[in-house]
Amino acid sequence: MKGETAAPTRGGGAGGRSMRLKGLVRKEALQILRDPSSIGIAFVLPLILLLIFGYGVSLDATHVPLAVVVEQPTRQTAAFTAGLAQSEYFDPRGYSDVRAAENALQRGEVDGIVWLRDEFSRKVLAGGAPGIGVFVNGVDANTARIIEGYLQGVWSNWQAAASKGGPYFPVKLEQRVWFNPGLRSRDFLVPGLVAVIMTLIGALLTAMVVAREWERGTMEALLVTPVRVPEILLGKLIPYFLLGMGGLLFSVGMAVWLFAVPLRGSLWVLLAASALFLLTALGMGLLISTVARSQFVAGQVAIVATFLPAFILSGFIFDINSMPAPIQLLTRILPARYYVAILQTVFLAGNIWPVVLLNGLALLAMGAFFLILVRRKTRKRLQ
Amino acid sequence: MWRRIVALTKKELLALLKDKRSRFVVIVPPLVQLLVFSYAATYDLNRVPYAVFNQDQGFASREILARFEGSPIFRLAGALGHEEQIPPLVNGKRVLMVLRLGPHFTRDLLLGRPAPLQLIVDGRNSNTAAVLVGYVRSIVTDFNESWAKAHGSPASLARLDLRAWFNPNLESRWFIVPGIVGLLTLVVTLIVTSLSVAREREAGTFDQLLVTPLRPLEILLGKVLPGFIIGTAEGSFIILMAVAWFHVPLRGSLPALYAGLFLFLLSAIGVGLMISSIAVTQQQGLLGAFLFLVPAIILSGFATPIANMPPLIQHLTLLDPLRYFLLVIRGVFLEGDSIGLLWPQYWPMAAIGLVSLAAAGWLFRHRLY
Repeated sequence: MKGETAAPTRGGGAGGRSMRLKGLVRKEALQILRDPSSIGIAFVLPLILLLIFGYGVSLDATHVPLAVVVEQPTRQTAAFTAGLAQSEYFDPRGYSDVRAAENALQRGEVDGIVWLRDEFSRKVLAGGAPGIGVFVNGVDANTARIIEGYLQGVWSNWQAAASKGGPYFPVKLEQRVWFNPGLRSRDFLVPGLVAVIMTLIGALLTAMVVAREWERGTMEALLVTPVRVPEILLGKLIPYFLLGMGGLLFSVGMAVWLFAVPLRGSLWVLLAASALFLLTALGMGLLISTVARSQFVAGQVAIVATFLPAFILSGFIFDINSMPAPIQLLTRILPARYYVAILQTVFLAGNIWPVVLLNGLALLAMGAFFLILVRRKTRKRLQ
Repeated sequence: MWRRIVALTKKELLALLKDKRSRFVVIVPPLVQLLVFSYAATYDLNRVPYAVFNQDQGFASREILARFEGSPIFRLAGALGHEEQIPPLVNGKRVLMVLRLGPHFTRDLLLGRPAPLQLIVDGRNSNTAAVLVGYVRSIVTDFNESWAKAHGSPASLARLDLRAWFNPNLESRWFIVPGIVGLLTLVVTLIVTSLSVAREREAGTFDQLLVTPLRPLEILLGKVLPGFIIGTAEGSFIILMAVAWFHVPLRGSLPALYAGLFLFLLSAIGVGLMISSIAVTQQQGLLGAFLFLVPAIILSGFATPIANMPPLIQHLTLLDPLRYFLLVIRGVFLEGDSIGLLWPQYWPMAAIGLVSLAAAGWLFRHRLY
């Protein structure tokens, strides 16, 4: 209302509104184009992140250096070590005695030791079931567990080959891994990474940009013009929304064409979910900047409240089901959690509607919540 | 000279800590994150929801399923009556795995024929799936051993005696929490330093600083010391929490740990100041910090091992100070490494620190607008 009395000649009708909005969007778009750091966040950051993640991050251990100590070489030990050598998971290195191997483990030259003692073959032939000593470096517990799993595979192959008669495995485990039979960790990390990138574009960029306007006082200047609060907010949202969707298409293109991650669901579902998430992230960014009002604080809060949780609490790398109950509750208020679930499902499993709709609904609710909150907070500051 | 440096340091600390909101963001979030992330970031699986589709009426299937029910790793989410029930449960993420036993499971076992146990795993998170298969396999192996013993079928040829050094129960928290010490120390230091010069440039006070009698070296030291003070304080607190709250064993010596922390802070501050003196605006400073921070975390071996990366990327990690500090802190905490063993990690951090600080000092005066 104030606006109309201040600038009666421009008119307050639909034409004036759309003109004012156009002007704001144009101003914001020019600001984006002229400050290379905004383009940097939207396109260079995804590029670097995807390249580093896609090529660099892998949870699949291969060619693990392994110390092998054979105290008395025989046919039986040769069969076992041949199994290790043939496995692509291991890079076995012979050591003359266990002390030397232990030193190598201590120095970090090998990740594990396989120790066949001198009575090994005698006991095998006598049916005495000798123990094969296995020591792994447990500092990286996850890798240690994976190495143990690989060793069990080698061991059971050796048993099956060495024992001609009778089943030594009463129960035979037949495993079927759905959606990712080769267990390629890249296929699940790259979709999750898209969520991290969208968080950066949405929240960090808007938080910094709007905080800068508050810091310089241009936001107050804008608030006393005939422009209304929703128009100011829309003027900020539209350019960054387009920038974010551009970053998304770019990331998805890289995921599919460069990293050969299968996209089994439809692109439209992916785009719709991403638009919802982007609105939520933009809302969070605007809220942070409105409350913080300085770039330093806004930047810090954006990293702490959006980026790091998206990295650690979203289920992107660490499994949410295994977190303690209070932390699981905490993840429920994170938009990234819902987006990661949709991304991993749409990329690897397809359009599975229960997952997509449930998580999409949660995103919708959170987006509406943040945008309404921003709207209210901004009006308050006017008075 | 020292009085001027102290005055400048005081001014920097005041600029950072006198504002209530900026004091808050430097102190509170790292502590909250330490708690939340240390509990959340784990590769260990707990209470994994699974379903059973058992067509067998015999005792053997009940026996092997009881082993799953008794394990804290698994949580039974339902028994199925039809095969068609499996896909919606797995697709909808209601369960992470399904165990399926055929109608002749017990009979096959008693007749000495291999009895298949089918395991269906949701592979959307491939790491969870791999770990899960490992857990199931070890339960099946145990069952096989005791079945062979009880029913007189031939025993296995040899046993695997698995033992893990330094972390006998393979708790991934012992791996992650020391990593978080490095991660949070890096984030805090970088945020404090990367905006410090850019903020002054934006406000125009940096030019004023340059025309004072202060020499570039003094300005540099005045910007370095606040980062050191804050980084050491937060780093020490997080180390204390790791030991006292999370009970991660600290087996090595404190001097070895603090030598690492000191050199790590030197390199982190150097990189932060270098970014800050290149940046014209705070937004660029923060973006620069990010462009460094994100790859630095990913390539450090914090969450995924460096050994799994392709050779080219492994060479790239050599530029990452966090990589060396993580080796120091995990080495000292879990393996009890001494200062002598850690030289290969100390000197690269010192080199990164000195080079980047020199570059920052040079850029103070030579930055072209």
